[in-house]
Amino acid sequence: MAFHFPKPTPEQSTTTADAGLADSHHHERPRGLMRWVLTTSHKEIGSLYLIFSLTMFFIGGIFALVVRAELFQPGLQLVEPEFFNQMTTMHGLIMVFGAVMPAFVGLANWMVPLQIGAPDMALPRLNNFSFWLLPVAFTLLLSTLFMPGGAPNFGWTFYAPLSTTYAPPSTTFFILSLHLAGISSILGAINIIATILNLRAPGMRMMDMPLFVWTWLITAFLLIAVMPVLAGVITMMLMDINFGTSFFSAAGGGDPVLFQHLFWFFGHPEVYILILPAFGIVSAIIPTFARKRLFGYASMVYATASIAILSFLVWAHHMFVVGLPLVAELFFMYATMLIAVPTGVKVFNWITTLFRGSITFEPPMLFALAFVVLFTIGGFSGLMLAIAPADFQYHDTYFVVAHFHYVLVPGAVFAIMAAVYYWLPKWTGHYPHERLSQVHFWLSVIGVNLTFFPMHFSGLAGMPRRIPDYALQFADFNMVSSLGALLYGASQLVFVLVIVMCVRGGKKAPAKAWEGAEDLEWSVPSPAPLHTFETPPNFERPVH
Amino acid sequence: MTQPNRDDHGAKKGVRRTVVRTVAALAGMFAFAFALVPLYDVFCEVTGINGKTNSSAQAVIHEEVDESRMITVQFITRGSSGLPWELDVESRQVRVHPGQTNEVNFTFHNRSDNSSWGRAVPSVSPSNASLHLRKVTCFCFEEQHLQPGERIEAPLVFQLTRDLPPEIKTVTLVYTLYPVAHKNEPLQAQVTIGKGDEA
Repeated sequence: MAFHFPKPTPEQSTTTADAGLADSHHHERPRGLMRWVLTTSHKEIGSLYLIFSLTMFFIGGIFALVVRAELFQPGLQLVEPEFFNQMTTMHGLIMVFGAVMPAFVGLANWMVPLQIGAPDMALPRLNNFSFWLLPVAFTLLLSTLFMPGGAPNFGWTFYAPLSTTYAPPSTTFFILSLHLAGISSILGAINIIATILNLRAPGMRMMDMPLFVWTWLITAFLLIAVMPVLAGVITMMLMDINFGTSFFSAAGGGDPVLFQHLFWFFGHPEVYILILPAFGIVSAIIPTFARKRLFGYASMVYATASIAILSFLVWAHHMFVVGLPLVAELFFMYATMLIAVPTGVKVFNWITTLFRGSITFEPPMLFALAFVVLFTIGGFSGLMLAIAPADFQYHDTYFVVAHFHYVLVPGAVFAIMAAVYYWLPKWTGHYPHERLSQVHFWLSVIGVNLTFFPMHFSGLAGMPRRIPDYALQFADFNMVSSLGALLYGASQLVFVLVIVMCVRGGKKAPAKAWEGAEDLEWSVPSPAPLHTFETPPNFERPVH
Repeated sequence: MTQPNRDDHGAKKGVRRTVVRTVAALAGMFAFAFALVPLYDVFCEVTGINGKTNSSAQAVIHEEVDESRMITVQFITRGSSGLPWELDVESRQVRVHPGQTNEVNFTFHNRSDNSSWGRAVPSVSPSNASLHLRKVTCFCFEEQHLQPGERIEAPLVFQLTRDLPPEIKTVTLVYTLYPVAHKNEPLQAQVTIGKGDEA
């Protein structure tokens, strides 16, 4: 797509402001930086989200490496304990709100309109706004590192009163940045729901939608339900800190435990927000490379919805040691275990899809298969943590760290990488370099497991999390973890190399880049032109 | 909304409807987060979870004293930063029968040179005992005002009801002292230390 419009002079563009609005329909587009600042194309905004997310992934990753470097040996050697606390906190906040969530929103921006045959998102300008809130939010968050008193140091869960009475002065900035990131997610969710419900190609029923669209629809509803609760909690914190209220202060009649209830009422659905779109991605990739239809499409949809509903009934399993009455411990234990049923349905459906398929191992498939295996390991350690009496031993140890990193790194992050490899041919028109992709995959798999598997053992042996020093008996496990983290972190440079090479050139990809890929996005040329599905495609239901 | 609609007018209407509904849901959830604060207190009070006791006096239930059981009632008193007071109890532990009315005296002592307002906030453990603990008189129902160096005695009159679950052998009452900024706003926290003398 080449544009041969004369570049407007500044005078022209100011005097013809009104005409410029009308011109936007005639493909007169700002160039250079302003092209990206003002864009309303779902594809460009999707790319912006993904680039932002990758940047945050590296920043959060560097913070994680600071933590792992300090923990390489027992004793305090590299950083002050106060700075260590800031690193663990910022690592968690950046990875959850800055890397994983925007990556999924970016993928939704790119792929949801293409998969349902829509010309763009339903609210393109809102889409631009929700993206540009993010750089502001995270610049603000990162700037707290340079403030007197340092960055937030109370863990990404920011429990009161650590985050209120005993918090550094920068906490107010942290609250503001989280508000901005939250508004961004909410606006993104509204946009995705409006797009999916109203802009499907004629003939496409809800139960014809690809699973990535389904899982994102359900995720967007989760966002609508819980992001306002997060906004409420941090607003209460803001008032406790600055306006003398006592929501979470026992001295004034409040209750710190209330903070934990409110936080986890948001926090547990939040962890499904981080994983449900990953389920959708894997459900797209496995059938493609097994060259079979996805087994149990309807059960996948119902399983996703069940997981989303159950996620509102299990929040207190994060609080087993807070002094809950026995009946609450039992309720939350059984409700949590119940989630293993729909999750198990999904895992078995993926395995059944693979069964007797003609499988090939292209890079997206490698990551998707690793996802199934490693995410399931994280699911099992989650089941162990769900057992309330056992959780008294595991609580706040490295076992918990191992668990949630297994579901988030080889879970959510591997799924995002699988999605990037899967859809790069559609985005750039080139296949990613296969050999380098394989190098990236194997280094990542080895790095992830070296990093997080030993944490199960150090955690079971009692090593507490979020402490910059540890007893001597944990030295070997920690050294392995730190070396693994360095390997995993360094191997992501290969990922960047593959992406840059793929954008610049490589083996040309046809419209249908993968032999077994059936969804609507493969009917548009590769790379996808700026405008697609201006006239709605005719959706034809696959014959069963 | 199961029928996809791609004529421009219909789609626009549909988008507007979706946006209105999601924004309404958002506002509802934001309000719900704040509604959870009083709901949480009500829930704890009704179920007795969290060891919260009644904050106003209750009448004695005249019932036969259960001579077959002895319950140990322990008292723990704690000060807090920001209030230079001491709270003492005449005996750290009493043995009582369910149904019996008991009186225990507590002593408040202001160790500073300023007069100040304070309040002792109770908590009961195990929490399911809190529904069976009836307080007839308690200093914890109201705020105390102490002159510099003043010492006052305040009684706690309580009763454990006969339907106290049989597995409970010991009930612990914890009283924590908190500063109060103004007498008329009992739940207002005192944010800065040392302001209590203005009342």
